[in-house]
Amino acid sequence: MKFIIAIIKPFRLTEVREALSAAGVEGLTVTEVKGFGRQKGHTEIYRGSEYTVDFLPKLKLELAVADEVAGKAIAAISAAARTEKIGDGKIFVLPLEHAMRIRTGETGDMAI
Amino acid sequence: MTRLTHTLRHWALYVLCLPLLGLTIRAEQAAAPAPQPTLEQRVAGLEAYLNNSDPSAPLKDAKGNIPAGLTTPSVGVPGPGHNAWQMTSTALVLFMTLPGLALFYGGLVRRKNVLSVMAQCLLLAGWVTILWWACGYSLAFHSGNPFLGGLGFAGLDGVNSAPNTDYSAWVSHNVFSMYQLMFAIITPALIVGSIAERMKFSAIFLFMTAWMFVVYFPMAHMVWGIDGFMNGVWNPHAGIKAIDFAGGTVVHMTSGWSALILCLILGKRLGFGKTPMAPHNLVLCMVGTGMLWVGWYGFNAGSAVAADVVAANAFTTTTLATAVASFVWPMMEWLVRKKPSVLGFCSGAVAGLVVITPACGFVTAGGAVAIGIFAGLVPWFFCFKVKGWLGYDDALDTFGVHAVGGTMGAFLTGVLARNAANANLATNLKDKVTDTLLQPLVWEQLKAIGLTIAIAVVGTTVIGYAVKALIGLRPTQEGESTGLDLTDHGEEGYIMESSSEL
Repeated sequence: MKFIIAIIKPFRLTEVREALSAAGVEGLTVTEVKGFGRQKGHTEIYRGSEYTVDFLPKLKLELAVADEVAGKAIAAISAAARTEKIGDGKIFVLPLEHAMRIRTGETGDMAI
Repeated sequence: MTRLTHTLRHWALYVLCLPLLGLTIRAEQAAAPAPQPTLEQRVAGLEAYLNNSDPSAPLKDAKGNIPAGLTTPSVGVPGPGHNAWQMTSTALVLFMTLPGLALFYGGLVRRKNVLSVMAQCLLLAGWVTILWWACGYSLAFHSGNPFLGGLGFAGLDGVNSAPNTDYSAWVSHNVFSMYQLMFAIITPALIVGSIAERMKFSAIFLFMTAWMFVVYFPMAHMVWGIDGFMNGVWNPHAGIKAIDFAGGTVVHMTSGWSALILCLILGKRLGFGKTPMAPHNLVLCMVGTGMLWVGWYGFNAGSAVAADVVAANAFTTTTLATAVASFVWPMMEWLVRKKPSVLGFCSGAVAGLVVITPACGFVTAGGAVAIGIFAGLVPWFFCFKVKGWLGYDDALDTFGVHAVGGTMGAFLTGVLARNAANANLATNLKDKVTDTLLQPLVWEQLKAIGLTIAIAVVGTTVIGYAVKALIGLRPTQEGESTGLDLTDHGEEGYIMESSSEL
């Protein structure tokens, strides 16, 4: 099993979700985060005081997939999230040791 | 009893009654009927109500004295319309502090300090009232010397519902006192803007108490007291014949210049210049601005202390100057920064209100529009550029708006005051107000400006360092970082965890 963490621009969520669904991925957790990579922030000015906003709003997606599905999932996310502008985000893949569905007690590939 | 004793008893009774009869006759002669006012005099007393003039004037004889006991039902009673407007204005000015200023400032600070600003406004509303009742009103508005009043009204002794003719023919003395109290409350509340987020509650309490006695009560007396040193309109013996309709000097200059000194003594907030300190809730700020604007009608038009033509003019000039300034400020932002901001609209409105404050009852509509333009430009430039050049931390721009605006307002009042706007200028200021741009009044205004700045700066320097030495001014570094809401008040403004278990 693989655990995929993807940081994407918030307005791409709908597209990414639909693409993952088409790729056979059935579960997803989304968190609102702030971050930056090489994309610079913007400046706000309040009554003459300048504030540089470095941390930009992003969404973090977390999903667990079977090994065979991982490649399709990654491809789906990156295609749907790409705008070709700086700040599109990143995808990280971690090996997943164990998974369990709490309601039924199923483990492994049956749980994800 | 025999017939004789019966008769004797009757005669004895008569004899005893005679002295009583004599006394009665003499008593009636002593309580000779009070002189009755003529119908003419009574009508003149009613007309005085309409014209906001003295209802006892028609009762005076050729020498200017009123015959003993001569009065009409119009004398010594409040006039309903004037009193009603004054009570309304009093409520409006309190509304400016609670919650107008509390919201305006509350929205501008960081979330962890929102309650501290509100606590400071609430503290002052209660504590200044106690000081005002005890002796503050008396020190400000009782006659005494040109710089401070006596203690004749301490405990509001003698301050009843009849008018105090030193200040108004038709407004209840107690209502007038409560009205002026609201000014006394909001003036120190303005100062908290500059020292927001980094002055501890106990230090604010101590500082403001001393400040009222050293700066506010004397200034209020000098500008508005009947024998005040700077009361040019009503005191023919005023040392400085300046005019200030609703408090450009007393309220805005004192608070603004004191704010600057205090924020310099305090030092900058931790992380100033590096950490973002953007307003946490501009929605609150805008709501507060609307309340300040509406409430300010009580502040300005209520300073006429009558529902008369002067109040009507002040109402109009206040509207014009504020609206123009709230337009000009964001337009400058649009030009220079490409985006007009909500904070710009709010700041412009407040700046307009500040600058028109001393002038509102003395200038015409055209003068008000001119004032609005200056109010949108000069404080804007100060906040946008000069503050950055000078580098001090005036957290909420109390100096930039109230000191700069108030000082400019006091000066422009001198330039733009016109006899046509207010007939009372002719009472004692005929030679000062000549309806020209650089009339002699301008020089008097400059003197008043100088004295006000001196009092505010020296007073605040002394009190500031004294409080610093006694109990310190700042919270600990950790306390300041945590936020004053928790550190000083043990509360959080917003508890927003979506799970109540957390």
